[in-house]
Amino acid sequence: MKARVHVMLKHGVLDPQGEAVRHALGAMGFDKVEGVRQGKVIDLQLAEGASEADVTAMCEKLLANTVIESYSIEMQG
Amino acid sequence: MKAAVIVFPGSNCDRDLAVAFERAGFDVSMVWHKDADLPEGVDIVGVPGGFSYGDYLRCGAIAAQSPIVKAVKAHTDRGGYAMGICNGFQILTETGILPGALLRNAGLKYICRTVGLKVATSDSAFTEGYNAGDVIGIPIAHHDGNYFADGDTVAMLHDQDRVAFTYDQNPNGSIADIAGVLSENRRVLGMMPHPERAADDGHGGTDGVALFRALAGVLTPA
Repeated sequence: MKARVHVMLKHGVLDPQGEAVRHALGAMGFDKVEGVRQGKVIDLQLAEGASEADVTAMCEKLLANTVIESYSIEMQG
Repeated sequence: MKAAVIVFPGSNCDRDLAVAFERAGFDVSMVWHKDADLPEGVDIVGVPGGFSYGDYLRCGAIAAQSPIVKAVKAHTDRGGYAMGICNGFQILTETGILPGALLRNAGLKYICRTVGLKVATSDSAFTEGYNAGDVIGIPIAHHDGNYFADGDTVAMLHDQDRVAFTYDQNPNGSIADIAGVLSENRRVLGMMPHPERAADDGHGGTDGVALFRALAGVLTPA
Protein backbone atom coordinates (compact mmCIF):
# COMPACT_ATOMS: atom_id res chain seq x y z
CA MET A 1 0.00 0.00 0.00
CA LYS A 2 1.00 3.60 -0.46
CA ALA A 3 0.58 6.93 1.20
CA ARG A 4 1.21 10.39 -0.17
CA VAL A 5 2.12 13.16 2.24
CA HIS A 6 1.84 16.82 1.31
CA VAL A 7 3.92 19.23 3.38
CA MET A 8 3.31 22.98 3.08
CA LEU A 9 4.52 26.01 4.99
CA LYS A 10 1.73 27.18 7.29
CA HIS A 11 -0.34 30.19 6.39
CA GLY A 12 1.34 33.24 7.80
CA VAL A 13 4.84 31.83 7.30
CA LEU A 14 6.55 33.70 4.47
CA ASP A 15 7.49 31.40 1.59
CA PRO A 16 10.36 33.17 -0.20
CA GLN A 17 10.64 30.44 -2.85
CA GLY A 18 6.95 30.65 -3.68
CA GLU A 19 7.30 34.43 -3.90
CA ALA A 20 10.26 34.09 -6.31
CA VAL A 21 8.22 31.75 -8.50
CA ARG A 22 5.31 34.20 -8.46
CA HIS A 23 7.63 37.02 -9.54
CA ALA A 24 9.07 34.92 -12.33
CA LEU A 25 5.62 33.94 -13.61
CA GLY A 26 4.60 37.61 -13.57
CA ALA A 27 7.73 38.58 -15.49
CA MET A 28 6.91 35.91 -18.09
CA GLY A 29 3.54 37.49 -18.72
CA PHE A 30 1.37 35.16 -16.61
CA ASP A 31 -0.40 38.13 -15.09
CA LYS A 32 -3.25 36.25 -13.44
CA VAL A 33 -1.12 34.62 -10.73
CA GLU A 34 -1.93 36.20 -7.38
CA GLY A 35 0.07 33.93 -5.11
CA VAL A 36 2.34 30.88 -5.14
CA ARG A 37 3.10 28.54 -2.25
CA GLN A 38 5.69 25.84 -2.77
CA GLY A 39 5.63 22.59 -0.81
CA LYS A 40 6.78 19.00 -0.84
CA VAL A 41 5.19 15.72 -1.82
CA ILE A 42 6.53 12.60 -0.13
CA ASP A 43 5.41 9.18 -1.40
CA LEU A 44 5.68 6.31 1.04
CA GLN A 45 5.61 2.65 0.03
CA LEU A 46 4.16 0.86 3.05
CA ALA A 47 3.97 -2.74 4.19
CA GLU A 48 0.54 -4.32 4.59
CA GLY A 49 -1.13 -3.35 7.82
CA ALA A 50 0.38 0.14 8.06
CA SER A 51 -2.24 2.63 9.18
CA GLU A 52 -2.88 6.30 8.70
CA ALA A 53 -2.02 6.70 12.37
CA ASP A 54 1.47 5.37 11.59
CA VAL A 55 1.89 7.95 8.85
CA THR A 56 0.61 10.70 11.14
CA ALA A 57 3.29 9.73 13.67
CA MET A 58 5.93 9.90 10.90
CA CYS A 59 4.73 13.38 9.94
CA GLU A 60 4.76 14.62 13.51
CA LYS A 61 8.20 13.19 14.29
CA LEU A 62 10.12 13.75 11.07
CA LEU A 63 8.40 14.49 7.77
CA ALA A 64 7.02 17.88 8.81
CA ASN A 65 8.26 20.49 11.26
CA THR A 66 4.97 21.51 12.78
CA VAL A 67 6.43 24.79 14.03
CA ILE A 68 6.39 26.05 10.44
CA GLU A 69 4.71 23.38 8.32
CA SER A 70 1.32 21.73 7.98
CA TYR A 71 0.78 18.35 6.37
CA SER A 72 -1.96 16.25 4.87
CA ILE A 73 -2.03 12.52 4.22
CA GLU A 74 -3.65 10.57 1.38
CA MET A 75 -3.81 6.82 1.96
CA GLN A 76 -3.77 5.12 -1.45
CA GLY A 77 -5.05 1.53 -1.10
CA MET B 1 36.50 21.42 32.09
CA LYS B 2 35.31 19.28 29.21
CA ALA B 3 33.66 20.12 25.92
CA ALA B 4 32.29 17.66 23.38
CA VAL B 5 31.88 18.65 19.74
CA ILE B 6 29.45 16.51 17.75
CA VAL B 7 30.49 15.45 14.24
CA PHE B 8 27.85 14.59 11.66
CA PRO B 9 28.42 13.57 8.07
CA GLY B 10 28.55 17.01 6.46
CA SER B 11 29.69 19.00 9.51
CA ASN B 12 32.35 21.49 8.44
CA CYS B 13 32.81 23.83 11.41
CA ASP B 14 33.53 21.09 13.95
CA ARG B 15 37.30 21.59 14.02
CA ASP B 16 37.05 25.38 14.19
CA LEU B 17 34.68 25.05 17.14
CA ALA B 18 37.02 22.57 18.84
CA VAL B 19 39.95 25.02 18.47
CA ALA B 20 37.88 27.87 19.92
CA PHE B 21 36.96 25.69 22.93
CA GLU B 22 40.58 24.52 23.37
CA ARG B 23 41.95 28.04 23.36
CA ALA B 24 39.48 28.97 26.08
CA GLY B 25 40.89 26.13 28.18
CA PHE B 26 38.53 23.21 27.51
CA ASP B 27 39.58 19.61 26.95
CA VAL B 28 37.69 18.77 23.76
CA SER B 29 36.44 15.39 22.55
CA MET B 30 35.05 14.95 19.08
CA VAL B 31 31.97 12.71 19.21
CA TRP B 32 30.63 10.85 16.17
CA HIS B 33 26.90 11.10 15.48
CA LYS B 34 26.40 7.32 15.74
CA ASP B 35 27.68 7.22 19.31
CA ALA B 36 24.87 6.80 21.79
CA ASP B 37 26.63 8.45 24.72
CA LEU B 38 28.55 11.62 25.47
CA PRO B 39 31.95 11.20 27.13
CA GLU B 40 31.83 11.05 30.92
CA GLY B 41 31.77 14.41 32.68
CA VAL B 42 31.12 16.68 29.70
CA ASP B 43 30.37 20.27 30.79
CA ILE B 44 29.28 21.64 27.44
CA VAL B 45 28.24 20.14 24.12
CA GLY B 46 28.94 22.04 20.91
CA VAL B 47 26.75 21.27 17.90
CA PRO B 48 28.69 22.68 14.96
CA GLY B 49 27.80 24.26 11.66
CA GLY B 50 27.82 22.53 8.32
CA PHE B 51 25.38 20.58 6.21
CA SER B 52 24.54 17.52 8.29
CA TYR B 53 23.04 14.79 6.09
CA GLY B 54 23.19 17.18 3.13
CA ASP B 55 20.32 19.26 4.57
CA TYR B 56 17.98 16.57 3.20
CA LEU B 57 14.28 16.97 4.04
CA ARG B 58 14.93 20.11 6.15
CA CYS B 59 18.16 21.54 7.56
CA GLY B 60 18.94 19.59 10.72
CA ALA B 61 15.89 17.31 10.52
CA ILE B 62 17.72 14.03 10.02
CA ALA B 63 20.56 14.94 12.39
CA ALA B 64 17.97 15.64 15.08
CA GLN B 65 17.04 11.93 14.98
CA SER B 66 20.61 10.62 15.32
CA PRO B 67 21.66 8.56 18.37
CA ILE B 68 24.01 11.22 19.77
CA VAL B 69 21.35 13.92 19.66
CA LYS B 70 19.21 11.81 22.00
CA ALA B 71 22.16 11.89 24.40
CA VAL B 72 22.49 15.66 23.90
CA LYS B 73 18.78 16.05 24.70
CA ALA B 74 19.22 13.97 27.87
CA HIS B 75 22.22 16.18 28.79
CA THR B 76 20.25 19.42 28.35
CA ASP B 77 17.20 17.92 30.11
CA ARG B 78 19.51 17.34 33.11
CA GLY B 79 20.49 21.03 33.01
CA GLY B 80 23.70 20.56 31.02
CA TYR B 81 25.13 23.33 28.84
CA ALA B 82 25.05 23.21 25.05
CA MET B 83 25.49 25.54 22.13
CA GLY B 84 24.44 25.09 18.53
CA ILE B 85 25.94 27.27 15.84
CA CYS B 86 24.40 27.65 12.37
CA ASN B 87 23.44 24.08 11.37
CA GLY B 88 23.79 23.27 15.07
CA PHE B 89 21.12 25.88 15.84
CA GLN B 90 18.88 24.32 13.18
CA ILE B 91 19.39 20.91 14.79
CA LEU B 92 18.57 22.22 18.29
CA THR B 93 15.31 23.75 17.02
CA GLU B 94 14.42 20.52 15.18
CA THR B 95 14.80 18.59 18.45
CA GLY B 96 12.63 21.09 20.29
CA ILE B 97 15.48 21.91 22.71
CA LEU B 98 15.15 25.51 21.47
CA PRO B 99 11.95 27.15 20.19
CA GLY B 100 11.27 28.30 16.64
CA ALA B 101 12.64 27.20 13.28
CA LEU B 102 15.01 28.43 10.59
CA LEU B 103 13.54 29.16 7.16
CA ARG B 104 15.13 29.92 3.81
CA ASN B 105 16.68 33.42 3.78
CA ALA B 106 14.12 36.01 2.69
CA GLY B 107 16.36 37.07 -0.21
CA LEU B 108 16.79 33.40 -1.23
CA LYS B 109 20.57 33.79 -1.45
CA TYR B 110 23.29 32.12 0.56
CA ILE B 111 24.96 34.91 2.55
CA CYS B 112 28.58 34.73 3.67
CA ARG B 113 29.93 37.89 5.30
CA THR B 114 30.64 39.50 8.64
CA VAL B 115 27.63 41.20 10.17
CA GLY B 116 27.05 43.54 13.10
CA LEU B 117 25.56 41.49 15.89
CA LYS B 118 23.94 43.22 18.81
CA VAL B 119 24.26 41.57 22.21
CA ALA B 120 20.65 41.56 23.44
CA THR B 121 21.36 40.26 26.94
CA SER B 122 24.52 39.78 28.99
CA ASP B 123 22.59 37.52 31.37
CA SER B 124 23.92 34.10 30.32
CA ALA B 125 27.12 32.10 30.57
CA PHE B 126 27.59 32.72 26.85
CA THR B 127 27.11 36.47 26.77
CA GLU B 128 28.31 37.74 30.13
CA GLY B 129 31.65 38.74 28.60
CA TYR B 130 29.81 41.42 26.62
CA ASN B 131 27.63 44.33 27.62
CA ALA B 132 24.02 44.35 26.48
CA GLY B 133 23.87 46.71 23.51
CA ASP B 134 27.43 45.96 22.32
CA VAL B 135 27.65 45.47 18.56
CA ILE B 136 30.23 42.85 17.63
CA GLY B 137 31.46 41.69 14.24
CA ILE B 138 30.72 38.00 13.64
CA PRO B 139 30.55 36.14 10.31
CA ILE B 140 27.39 34.52 9.02
CA ALA B 141 27.39 31.82 6.35
CA HIS B 142 23.96 30.38 5.70
CA HIS B 143 21.13 29.85 3.25
CA ASP B 144 18.51 29.00 5.85
CA GLY B 145 19.00 31.41 8.71
CA ASN B 146 15.67 33.19 8.67
CA TYR B 147 14.50 32.68 12.25
CA PHE B 148 10.77 32.14 12.64
CA ALA B 149 8.58 31.64 15.68
CA ASP B 150 4.92 32.48 16.17
CA GLY B 151 3.94 35.75 17.81
CA ASP B 152 3.34 34.21 21.24
CA THR B 153 6.75 32.54 21.21
CA VAL B 154 8.54 35.73 20.17
CA ALA B 155 6.73 37.65 22.93
CA MET B 156 7.74 34.96 25.44
CA LEU B 157 11.38 35.13 24.32
CA HIS B 158 11.35 38.89 24.82
CA ASP B 159 9.51 38.69 28.17
CA GLN B 160 11.97 36.12 29.50
CA ASP B 161 15.01 37.99 28.12
CA ARG B 162 15.93 34.92 26.05
CA VAL B 163 16.98 36.67 22.84
CA ALA B 164 20.79 36.44 23.05
CA PHE B 165 21.72 38.30 19.86
CA THR B 166 19.96 40.36 17.20
CA TYR B 167 21.19 41.53 13.82
CA ASP B 168 22.11 45.19 13.64
CA GLN B 169 20.94 45.13 10.01
CA ASN B 170 18.75 42.13 9.35
CA PRO B 171 20.36 40.15 6.50
CA ASN B 172 17.93 37.24 6.17
CA GLY B 173 14.40 38.21 7.20
CA SER B 174 14.58 36.80 10.73
CA ILE B 175 11.57 37.74 12.82
CA ALA B 176 12.35 40.57 15.27
CA ASP B 177 15.96 40.53 13.91
CA ILE B 178 16.67 37.48 16.08
CA ALA B 179 20.08 35.88 15.49
CA GLY B 180 20.36 33.73 18.63
CA VAL B 181 18.15 32.47 21.46
CA LEU B 182 18.57 30.91 24.89
CA SER B 183 16.73 28.03 26.51
CA GLU B 184 14.47 28.70 29.47
CA ASN B 185 17.24 27.82 31.95
CA ARG B 186 19.68 29.98 29.89
CA ARG B 187 22.12 27.06 29.55
CA VAL B 188 21.50 26.31 25.88
CA LEU B 189 22.34 28.84 23.17
CA GLY B 190 21.50 28.58 19.50
CA MET B 191 22.79 31.16 17.04
CA MET B 192 23.21 31.42 13.27
CA PRO B 193 26.40 33.59 13.27
CA HIS B 194 29.77 31.88 13.82
CA PRO B 195 31.68 33.11 16.90
CA GLU B 196 34.27 30.35 16.29
CA ARG B 197 35.14 32.10 13.02
CA ALA B 198 35.97 35.32 14.87
CA ALA B 199 38.34 33.78 17.39
CA ASP B 200 41.83 34.29 15.94
CA ASP B 201 43.75 37.26 14.52
CA GLY B 202 43.98 35.31 11.28
CA HIS B 203 40.19 35.33 11.02
CA GLY B 204 40.18 39.09 10.62
CA GLY B 205 38.36 39.60 13.91
CA THR B 206 38.31 38.24 17.45
CA ASP B 207 34.94 39.41 18.75
CA GLY B 208 33.86 35.80 19.29
CA VAL B 209 36.59 35.05 21.84
CA ALA B 210 34.73 36.68 24.74
CA LEU B 211 31.91 34.14 24.34
CA PHE B 212 34.20 31.13 24.80
CA ARG B 213 36.13 32.82 27.61
CA ALA B 214 32.95 33.69 29.50
CA LEU B 215 31.77 30.12 29.16
CA ALA B 216 35.10 28.83 30.45
CA GLY B 217 34.83 31.24 33.38
CA VAL B 218 31.42 29.91 34.35
CA LEU B 219 32.32 26.24 33.88
CA THR B 220 35.72 26.29 35.60
CA PRO B 221 35.48 24.06 38.67
CA ALA B 222 35.62 26.16 41.82
